[in-house]
Amino acid sequence: MNALLQVEKLAKSYGGVHAVRGVSFALEAGKILALIGPNGAGKSTCFNMLNGQIRPNAGSIRLEGQEIIGLPPRAVWRRGVGRTFQITATFPSMTVRENVQVTLLSFHHRLWAMVGYAGAAYRDEANRLLALVGMEQQAERPCGELAYGDLKRLELAIALANNPRLLLMDEPTAGMAPKERVDLMRLTADIAREKGIGVLFTEHDMDVVFEHADAVMVLNRGELIARGTPEEVRRDPQVRAIYLGEGLLYHDKDQGSAA
Amino acid sequence: MEFLLVQALSGLSSAASLFLVASGLSIIFGVMRIVNFAHGAFYMLGAYVAFTLTDRFSGPLGFWGGILVACLIVSVVGALMEMLLLRRIYHAPELFQLLATFGVTLMVQDIVLLIWGPEDLMGPRAPGFTGAIELLGRRVPTYDLLLIGLGPLVLGLLWLLFHGTRWGVLVRAATQDRDMVAALGVNQKWLFTSVFALGVFLAALGGALQIPRTTVSHAMDLSIIVEVFVVVVIGGLGSVPGAFVAAVLVSELNAFGILVLPKISMVVVFLVMAVVLVVRPWGLFGKPEGTPRAAAGLSIRPWKPMSGVERMLVALAVVAAAALPLFAGNYVLSVSTEILVFVLFAASLHFLMTVGGLASFGHAAYFGLGAYGAAFMVKYLGAPMELALLAGPLLGLAGAVLFGWFCVRLSGVYFAMLTLAFAQIAWSVAFQWVEVTGGDNGMLSIWPSSWASSPQAFFWLTLGIVAVGVGVLRMLVFSPFGFGLRAARDSSLRSEAIGINRKSTQWVAFIVAGTFAGVAGSLLAFLKGSVFPENLAIPTSVDGLVMVLLGGIETVSGAVIGAIVYKALAIWLMSKTELSKLILGATIVLLVVAFPKGIVGFLEDLRHRLKPPRQNGAKPEAALVAKAEAAE
Ligand SMILES: Nc1ncnc2c1ncn2[C@@H]1O[C@H](COP(=O)(O)OP(=O)(O)OP(=O)(O)O)[C@@H](O)[C@H]1O
Ligand SMILES: [Mg+2]
Repeated sequence: MNALLQVEKLAKSYGGVHAVRGVSFALEAGKILALIGPNGAGKSTCFNMLNGQIRPNAGSIRLEGQEIIGLPPRAVWRRGVGRTFQITATFPSMTVRENVQVTLLSFHHRLWAMVGYAGAAYRDEANRLLALVGMEQQAERPCGELAYGDLKRLELAIALANNPRLLLMDEPTAGMAPKERVDLMRLTADIAREKGIGVLFTEHDMDVVFEHADAVMVLNRGELIARGTPEEVRRDPQVRAIYLGEGLLYHDKDQGSAA
Repeated sequence: MEFLLVQALSGLSSAASLFLVASGLSIIFGVMRIVNFAHGAFYMLGAYVAFTLTDRFSGPLGFWGGILVACLIVSVVGALMEMLLLRRIYHAPELFQLLATFGVTLMVQDIVLLIWGPEDLMGPRAPGFTGAIELLGRRVPTYDLLLIGLGPLVLGLLWLLFHGTRWGVLVRAATQDRDMVAALGVNQKWLFTSVFALGVFLAALGGALQIPRTTVSHAMDLSIIVEVFVVVVIGGLGSVPGAFVAAVLVSELNAFGILVLPKISMVVVFLVMAVVLVVRPWGLFGKPEGTPRAAAGLSIRPWKPMSGVERMLVALAVVAAAALPLFAGNYVLSVSTEILVFVLFAASLHFLMTVGGLASFGHAAYFGLGAYGAAFMVKYLGAPMELALLAGPLLGLAGAVLFGWFCVRLSGVYFAMLTLAFAQIAWSVAFQWVEVTGGDNGMLSIWPSSWASSPQAFFWLTLGIVAVGVGVLRMLVFSPFGFGLRAARDSSLRSEAIGINRKSTQWVAFIVAGTFAGVAGSLLAFLKGSVFPENLAIPTSVDGLVMVLLGGIETVSGAVIGAIVYKALAIWLMSKTELSKLILGATIVLLVVAFPKGIVGFLEDLRHRLKPPRQNGAKPEAALVAKAEAAE
């Protein structure tokens, strides 16, 4: 048993609220795992614990066998974990390309250099990453004026810049048109399978989830209540009861607001 | 033992006024998220108006009536300021509000001078509280006892006000969640105005109650505001009980600090504050801030290095400046040299503020340390100018290493206040450690080497150093380090998630900025031939802030222009009018309200608008407008 990511009995509570309790799962390289659940289920909290942003109350997170709890986000990133945020976090005062360049500079340990023009550093590599996510046309644009869907794409390019072994994606396609969502997720899946990256993602769009995930876990009120192949999860009566009913509603609502 | 008790009582009686002013500041911050620098000015106004009403027109109102009416008058002035000025800048970055209210502080200083004249005034004693009583064999003024009782009384009244009235409940709701109050359909404008008026009333009362104890003077505003900042930062911004506890703590520290460290008693208070901030960054009773507002220097238009033509123009400008000694007289040259020194000082602060997003309110500390560093080299080691100019800035660097380590742990207004406090520590050491620094008399005869002693030669020397310094700072902006620093400013979340160590990066930026400020300070020491504590005092720090603001905080090197315009204007004003503070203050206020992007930012906007739109079909303006609206 040599999983890329091995999570055991992870727990986090805020005051009296158990945001996450007793979550255990494993993820292998090259596999795509979906974590779904209604709003407030604890998905983002899980992501934030996995990349070191918040410290769990209990449990263990092992990346290729090594415990990473207690490491700050930047150290987790150095071990090959890239992530995107539910609410995009980019550098609005820089151009799209500069956003990727600064990530590449960091990856190559060059951010302490005080001479030289950073705008010329790793240009080709940055362009390649941007082309990968379909953003090469917009490389010169100020990141602060991008549409939301494009920001999500840029976040993916940033997340891929450190050649991650593990990719954490918190609602990577929220705010995109339905066609764009499927395209972006397909792209992610292709990259992941080709490079052997393990992907953990969360998503409210069930079409995206069931089409691309190798396995699905369902989180409800901080607890995993089901897991398995997309087919198994879809048929699970408990999931249908507490989640899919809401999920369909949610899906409708999303469509409505996108229109 | 008795002595200690009396000392403690005297501390408690000073705490009363401090608490009144601090609670006013805290209430205003809680509701409006504005740090009102002008609070000290209102405190001073309260004292002056109360003096007039109780001393010169004491007849109809009597002493206590006079005090009360004075506070009401001042709070009406405060309400007017809120309606005319603050309402226009609620959505601006914190820095702008601090600066605008500082501008008001400057204006009030001159207005007070105009109305009440330059002498300290001695007010009447409070009727019925003129004597003293025997306590354990020592005499304690009854008025002090009155004040000791007054603090808890006001605390209780405020509690009743906030818990027993509808208005108070609204204020508490607004403190917790401003959007909610807007959603409830409460008229937010008048809520804000009334809260501001109450805060100002408390400040004025704090001042008015001082007249039986001390003389009324012009230095009252700045000295109280620094102490009040310390109190609210220790107690937690927005917390009234926190203000009370911290006011007592600070006053007692002051009362006993004098006994332990008579030379540097102020340092004790600031050290306590630094420790509190490191352990509990939001103060003893404060709550962590929610999402911080946009950092100071965040511009939506990405920065670009200069084009070839622009470089040529800058080179030409430097050459033109270098030609100045060929036709300018000695006075113009020494003024120009001073302007150049401030160009470097402002550029270093600008680097910290716009690239680092860290608005320091105490940057003069490193400027002054650089000046003292050079002076120490000359006085104590007999070093020549060349060596002193190299080694002097190291003191600025050392200060930045030490203070910066604490400061980068905080952000926003807390960062601003901590930098201010550290600058004040540096100032009080320079002021009080007379044996080493000469105290108020400063250190004299710090003259340049003979080859640089003519005004022409020293101008060229300064021009060379400043040009290189500004060039290096600009190069840093576009270096990988500058990119990392901007990343940390833009999004602390994302930058930590791509391997950037935000604190270390900002710490290094702080040290870089402090060192260049130190270089400027060393130059100033040799230009003036002397060093004084005022080199690291608050007004010098604020001069730097205004230069940066004037140049434009969203620009790469706007501070260069800002420093030239501001310093030239200030020197000219000083020679032309007695009311330079009034005019400077009004200029600051006008700038903040009308030209928040500064001169260079304004010109860039203009140029950007005149340029034809780009081909790729994107409409940047439309996107900008949409973004700005979304941010509202
Ligand atoms: N900082 C916090 N303080 C207190 N409670 C929190 C905090 N962060 C999250 N929570 C609570 O923890 C629970 C899980 O939140 P989380 O953001 O992980 O949900 P989620 O599954 O990502 O939801 P969504 O689909 O809306 O993104 C929620 O009940 C939330 O209110
Ligand atoms: Mg979430």
